[in-house]
Amino acid sequence: MNRIREIFDIGAGFESIIEWLTEEADWLFDFIALVVEGFLDGVNWLFNFPSAFVIIGLFSFLAWKVAGKGVALFSLIGFLLILYMGYWSETMDTLSLVFSAVIFGLLIGLPVGIWASRSDSAWKILRPILDFMQTLPAFVYLIPAVLLFKLGPVPGVIATLIFSLPPVVRLTNLGIRQVPVEIREACRAFGATPKQMLLKAELPVALPTIMAGVNQTIMLALSMVVISGMIGAGGLGNVVLKGITQLKIDMGFEGGICIVILAIFLDRVTQAFTATQKR
Amino acid sequence: MALVEVKDLYKIFGTNPKRAIPLIKEGKSKQEIKKKTGCTIAINDATFEIHRKETFVVMGLSGSGKSTFIRCLNRLVKPTAGQILIDGKDIVKMGSDELRELRRYKMSMVFQHFGLLPHRNVINNVEFGLELGGMKKTERREKAMEAITLVGLEGFEFSMPNELSGGMQQRVGLARALANDAEILLMDEAFSALDPLIRAQMQDELLDLQDKMHKTIIFITHDLDEALKIGDRIAILGPGGRVRQIGVPEEILSNPADKYVKEFVQNVDRTKIITAGSIKHSGPVLNSIKDGPKAALHLMETQSKSYAYLVDSQRSLKGIIHIEDVIELKKKKENDLSTIVRHDFFTTTPDTAISDLLGTALHTKYPIVVINEDNKFLGIVSREMIIAEVNEGVDESDTPTVFSEILEETEVFQNE
Repeated sequence: MNRIREIFDIGAGFESIIEWLTEEADWLFDFIALVVEGFLDGVNWLFNFPSAFVIIGLFSFLAWKVAGKGVALFSLIGFLLILYMGYWSETMDTLSLVFSAVIFGLLIGLPVGIWASRSDSAWKILRPILDFMQTLPAFVYLIPAVLLFKLGPVPGVIATLIFSLPPVVRLTNLGIRQVPVEIREACRAFGATPKQMLLKAELPVALPTIMAGVNQTIMLALSMVVISGMIGAGGLGNVVLKGITQLKIDMGFEGGICIVILAIFLDRVTQAFTATQKR
Repeated sequence: MALVEVKDLYKIFGTNPKRAIPLIKEGKSKQEIKKKTGCTIAINDATFEIHRKETFVVMGLSGSGKSTFIRCLNRLVKPTAGQILIDGKDIVKMGSDELRELRRYKMSMVFQHFGLLPHRNVINNVEFGLELGGMKKTERREKAMEAITLVGLEGFEFSMPNELSGGMQQRVGLARALANDAEILLMDEAFSALDPLIRAQMQDELLDLQDKMHKTIIFITHDLDEALKIGDRIAILGPGGRVRQIGVPEEILSNPADKYVKEFVQNVDRTKIITAGSIKHSGPVLNSIKDGPKAALHLMETQSKSYAYLVDSQRSLKGIIHIEDVIELKKKKENDLSTIVRHDFFTTTPDTAISDLLGTALHTKYPIVVINEDNKFLGIVSREMIIAEVNEGVDESDTPTVFSEILEETEVFQNE
């Protein structure tokens, strides 16, 4: 048994793959890091540069427009509470991380989801990969992310991106596959090109389902961003981590509350957006 | 030349379907072929023509391949073998660009469950086909509004589809199909999802529209009454996708081609389909210019009638003359029959259904005269003829029994 394990060592195999990547594909990861970092810095500046009250006002207004009075009031009080507790910049850092990871996630996930909906064989290959990505414990992503991208926010975004990608792929695929046959037939019968069919019928009809996927992706990203505090991604993850490692109960609790407020805000707003699409 | 010519058309579903065709030609049954090759036959050797501006109904029960058939006509389904010529061009051989042209400008389609885009309002749905063809916004708006007016949807342009009833939604589907002004209109069970009252109303409106627009309509239905009402000609598809009979509604009712069609049409209310024009007979007719009292009496005697109809040399109907008036006229030694003409009888047009004549026919003393719109005498329809016609479609075993027979039977039964 041990002899076999010496030959087929799964863990060591994975290790040598990562080693090979760090040595040979160095330039690729440097490039990816550059792009992600640039984007992240931009987003970070956008959230951190204006006064906190301006941002709070904007968020509450957005919540009011999309989700109604209740959510707007919650956002106003919630974000003011974060400001009062003194975690404003950490919360904005976390939001930037989530935002960046989700944007990159959609850029990858939507085309992959559309591709999966087009081809049964593509879906057959993708499904186990997505299952794997979703069920692998979140911490495991941190190791290769650190090895390939060092420490800091960039590996945090990358790990988050991979962990939160599956729902948007799954639900884009599902949404497009659920478009009624007659709508597809109607498109073809009136002379639609495949591109017209996708843009004018399939994506709009599938949009509520796709938005549900986006919502899930955002939620997963938020949970992962906190975990990636362990590799120095910064933000609220750092606060919570400090609370745990240094047994500062007050800090851990306050950090936790900030995350909950942010999560509820993001969830309600994206969910409300899904509902307006359905109407 | 016919607008659409379908020649030796086959559609077989399954892997490698072409190998099933020789088996069909050998006369193997659907089940045998399914067992041997795993293929399902949807259309089996269909050949027919559809003329310009007619309403051609393809009628069959579920599983008869009628939906597949209509989808072959715009190539949503690719036929396995055979030709479909539209204006002489074989669409089976067309590439995707040519097909797109055909679908955008030559034919449009109405679907059973409407196939509307749920995220677009009515007018955006109606202009969908025009938008795909790349028409400018203002122009397609205008065309879409015309189509919306045509189907009676004014005022609902900005409603969303899910705010409308089924009948209204199908109007949107119809408007969308009319908007691109295509010559051929394919209607796939267009009214089957509607409730009966709305269905009848939509059928009437389609007939009205067709009177104005003169499109070539190919209509699929499983409802024989609908087929008979809408169709200029009807094709009956049997199980296994075989065309059983093609003809005008009356032909199919009066001369069913085989047992399958016969069983099919058995339950139809014949009185609603058979028209006065198709059962009319010649009657006693006198010419007002050349016939006098003598000729009149002779005619009435030979036909043993107490009346005759008077027409002029263009066979234009003048009225009815009675035998006692002719005798009177003869006594007075006058010759002009038009002086004694009477007008107390009923007339009808040739396309009136006999169900509409029955009530009148039972009460009137004289047969009903069939005339055309120029008042020309075409023939007569009597009470006896109508009853005979109604009786024709009746199943013998269901007719009333003479009471004495029932009595006899019960007596025999008791004696035993």
